Amino acid sequence: MANFTTAKTKAAAPAQPASLMPVIAPAVGWLIPGAGHIIQKRWIRGALLLVSIGTLFVLGLMMQGHIYKANGGDILEMLGFVGDLGAGGLYIVSLATGWGSAVVSNAVADYGKIFMIVAGLLNFIAVADAYHIAIGKKQ
Amino acid sequence: MTVQLTHFSAAFVFALFASVVFGITHREATRDMILYGLKCFAMFLGGALLAGWAMWLVRR
Repeated sequence: MANFTTAKTKAAAPAQPASLMPVIAPAVGWLIPGAGHIIQKRWIRGALLLVSIGTLFVLGLMMQGHIYKANGGDILEMLGFVGDLGAGGLYIVSLATGWGSAVVSNAVADYGKIFMIVAGLLNFIAVADAYHIAIGKKQ
Repeated sequence: MTVQLTHFSAAFVFALFASVVFGITHREATRDMILYGLKCFAMFLGGALLAGWAMWLVRR
């Protein structure tokens, strides 16, 4: 009887509509920090993420921080590149315009370099959060 | 245009923005987000101050 009821319930359940949001939200969120939340109508969270990650990255640039490139150097440079890459559009624009290509010459510039890497890593977390919202794991 | 931050102001800015992202991404409810963000901020800044004083003691 129990099996019959379960089968009946399954048959009656409506099919889930296929959604592209689990793909689009992380992609957009990577390109523009916070946008993955904004397109899912989490306006305040998205705006706070955009301001936080964007400010951290821009401050890093203004502190003369160095941006890593995919040159396949030593392991620390590759890790720095992965961190920077997380900032998405901010990283692409910085590379295209030649910002962040100065050599780190003082402690503040070293902080700037770390700010940009951390901004990228924080954006990875924000992208994962946007994905969790898209699949319904989080509100 | 360049910005010159002191050690403490750099730590403050870092703690502020990292805490905002941690709060939003690691908790579900709004109240929990705020509390977790404040906790992270205090831990970041408190940890930096403690580490600073520890290094001062080691140096002496």
